[in-house]
Amino acid sequence: MAESTLQTDHPEGLDGFVRDWSSDQRTFKRVSWGKAMMWIFLLSDTFVFSIFLIGYMSARMSTKSDWPNTSEVFSLHVGGADLPLLLIAIMTFVLISSSGTMAMAVRCGYARARKATAGLMYLTALLGATFVGMQVFEWTKLIQEGVRPWGNPFGAEQFGASFFMITGFHGTHVSIGVLFLIIIATKIWRGEFDRPGRTWLKSDAGDYEAVEIMGLYWHFVDLVWVFIFAFFYLW
Amino acid sequence: MANIPYRPDEQVPPAEVPDVHPPHPHTWIGRWVFSQDAKYIAIQYSATAIAIGLVALVLSWLVRLQLGFPDVFSFSAEAYYQFITMHGMIMVIYLLTAIFLGGFGNYLIPLMVGARDMVFPFVNMLSYWVYLLAVLVLVASFFVPGGPTGAGWTLYPPQAILSGTPGGQDAGIILMLLSLILFIIGFTMGGLNYVVTVLQARTRGMTLMRMPLTVWGIFTATVMALLAFPALFVACVMMLFDRLLSTSFFMPTLVEMGEQLSYGGGSPIVFQHLFWFFGHPEVYIVALPAFGIVSDLISVHARKNVFGYRMMVWAIVIIGALSFIVWAHHMYVSGMHPYFGFFFATTTLIIAVPTAIKVYNWLLTLWRGDIHLTLPMLFALSFVVTFVNGGLTGLFLGNVVVDVPLSDTMFVVAHFHMVMGVAPLMVIFGAIYHWYPLMTGRMLNEAMGQIHFWVTFIGTYAIFFPMHYVGLVGVPRRYPEIGDPAFITTPVDGLNAFISIAAFIVGAAQILFLFNIAWSARNGRDAGGNPWRAASLEWQTPQTPPRHGNWADELPVVYRWAYDYSVPGAPEDFIAQDDPWVQQTAPT
Ligand code: HEM
Ligand SMILES: [Cu+2]
Repeated sequence: MAESTLQTDHPEGLDGFVRDWSSDQRTFKRVSWGKAMMWIFLLSDTFVFSIFLIGYMSARMSTKSDWPNTSEVFSLHVGGADLPLLLIAIMTFVLISSSGTMAMAVRCGYARARKATAGLMYLTALLGATFVGMQVFEWTKLIQEGVRPWGNPFGAEQFGASFFMITGFHGTHVSIGVLFLIIIATKIWRGEFDRPGRTWLKSDAGDYEAVEIMGLYWHFVDLVWVFIFAFFYLW
Repeated sequence: MANIPYRPDEQVPPAEVPDVHPPHPHTWIGRWVFSQDAKYIAIQYSATAIAIGLVALVLSWLVRLQLGFPDVFSFSAEAYYQFITMHGMIMVIYLLTAIFLGGFGNYLIPLMVGARDMVFPFVNMLSYWVYLLAVLVLVASFFVPGGPTGAGWTLYPPQAILSGTPGGQDAGIILMLLSLILFIIGFTMGGLNYVVTVLQARTRGMTLMRMPLTVWGIFTATVMALLAFPALFVACVMMLFDRLLSTSFFMPTLVEMGEQLSYGGGSPIVFQHLFWFFGHPEVYIVALPAFGIVSDLISVHARKNVFGYRMMVWAIVIIGALSFIVWAHHMYVSGMHPYFGFFFATTTLIIAVPTAIKVYNWLLTLWRGDIHLTLPMLFALSFVVTFVNGGLTGLFLGNVVVDVPLSDTMFVVAHFHMVMGVAPLMVIFGAIYHWYPLMTGRMLNEAMGQIHFWVTFIGTYAIFFPMHYVGLVGVPRRYPEIGDPAFITTPVDGLNAFISIAAFIVGAAQILFLFNIAWSARNGRDAGGNPWRAASLEWQTPQTPPRHGNWADELPVVYRWAYDYSVPGAPEDFIAQDDPWVQQTAPT
């Protein structure tokens, strides 16, 4: 006899896993379409970033010239002293903080606190924009010092190439995130999420899940930065 | 037999989420141009893929003219390289991948799992338009100064972006890379849709293990594509940097025309790894949907359930997973460490196990079946034969010692055309003959179809079977003309001419096929709702062709798997998936 699938409890662990995968309709029982789509996209994007990093690492290993000393190249001259990686530390701090504000926004979203959610999302966007701004500053500084994709005064030419490619690709992700944060926050602020009806961001009145999905993306972009930080700046 | 899980359950669980109706178009443009209906997008995808595929077909004729009759038609070496490059790239990416996933995936997934549409119709529509843009950029490369790239479909650096290769220092390679990047972006939008629709938007009663194998094949291939295309994406970006910004990711120190180039320190081998990390899964991205579809065709037209359904599903999944760890079998001659070759040869040969399981199961499905030699069945049978043939030569090439002398000969060309060219195409043809009645309500003309089948089947064998021999004799691939080198002891000129003539005849048969598609849309025999008396869900729609939203007010409820054919005691020789019929007295 096939076991009745009408049961409504949610068995945990392996039993629950097996039950969900052998059930009808939905494999991930409490996951909406949008969230599932974001997770799978992030999986694919993880591959993109991993391969970028692997490509960079293999270039770093195969090049014959010496790799520049990153703590010197990325140092800031403040008050008569060279502080290694100062800017990057600040950037990392800003981005991680933005993950915090994003998490708070998600929480407020579930409480349907309209203004708090929108406000925290704007704050997240601001921190994200600050990050991109500092990245622009860093790029400008390096370009002024003569770093180019095809060569630089410090050592192996793959250094500049990888730097611009990887931080550029990550920065693009952050910028797109900022854009969507602002769009969603503005819609929330205007109360569009509290009106009935289905739009591309919500299924009905009070459906704030888009905030959480946005949050998934944002935390992912942060996480990627941690890896870039470790493999590019610290190595 | 009562506890086999695909038997009808007593209860079907209630709906977990409310029925979502896809957005209704209000304008003419929204309906016929920027349509968000997966069925319409599928047709747009397929039509575009076939159109660009015709370009590739013509290119293959030009290649064969050169190889078959080098004294009469002598193209320049540059032109020849452009022909083979564009032929290969278009066929693999812009035709096969696009038509299987964008075409059949879009049409069949929602219908087969009982959904009204893909989960994100708007994103799905964007996917098509980005794909179209990718195709247009590709086509544009034919018209820029210097023409399209001639780097070979594998685009190996450093030659791909040097002046000796056509398009290398012109716009050709740039447009090629841009087009690939666009293709990947467009595919990702569609692919996310297919995956989420299968995972999260099935109808009541439709468990994963009740899905037709077609859906399993397309689903697994899509997941693979989402994980393999990133490697190609990154490789394209890096090569674009090398070409446009003079970075040296893939470029070692080079001297060209006595002049040292500004490149230095990069590794062309890294590109090969990235390319094949994508490239090998890619061949299964094309093969797995074909596997799935062919299983369904065989089952329907032999009026028998698929033999070993569960094993078939697992074989698809395992092949998909394993194909990510075999890529370097394309690089045996790249100078890699022998232990590497050992590792990759082992994994490569392990894939043959699940593949062989599939072949045996196809044969056992046919075994003592009520085989109807309809056109879809003929094509399905020819697929099995062709695929086995190509798989056997794969075993040769998978072994390092055998591959080293065979690599870069026409033997490899014969291998992959059998296994990845002809075999999947046979499935595409069979699938079109099978589902055309669903898409249009009419049957394709049988007489034209028979001519198409026999000419294509015998013709492709005439092309590619002798090509193995040409390769064994030692003729290298990618040479417009080889003259009379001492290492080729048996001349193959006559054989080459024969192959070329066969290629033209096969090509002509495809024109007949396209004519059939156009002609039957108006003049074909009326198909009725379910001409093949198939059990799977796509044939149970209230209208044929299915309308916007696929189903009537209620979504269908599924009680069984898709393969209840010739069930003893049943009123008909098939039981539709949404038919709640149960055996009253247990069969003895
Ligand atoms: C058990 C099965 C298979 C084995 C062991 C196998 C093995 C190989 C090997 C070792 C090569 C490299 C030959 C060389 O360049 O020297 C090769 C090439 C190729 N194979 Fe397979 N293969 C198998 C099945 C397939 C399938 C199912 C497809 C496609 C659907 C496929 C498509 C290709 C393509 C396109 C190439 C040529 C790529 C190029 O160099 O341009 N193979 N195969
Ligand atoms: Cu391969």
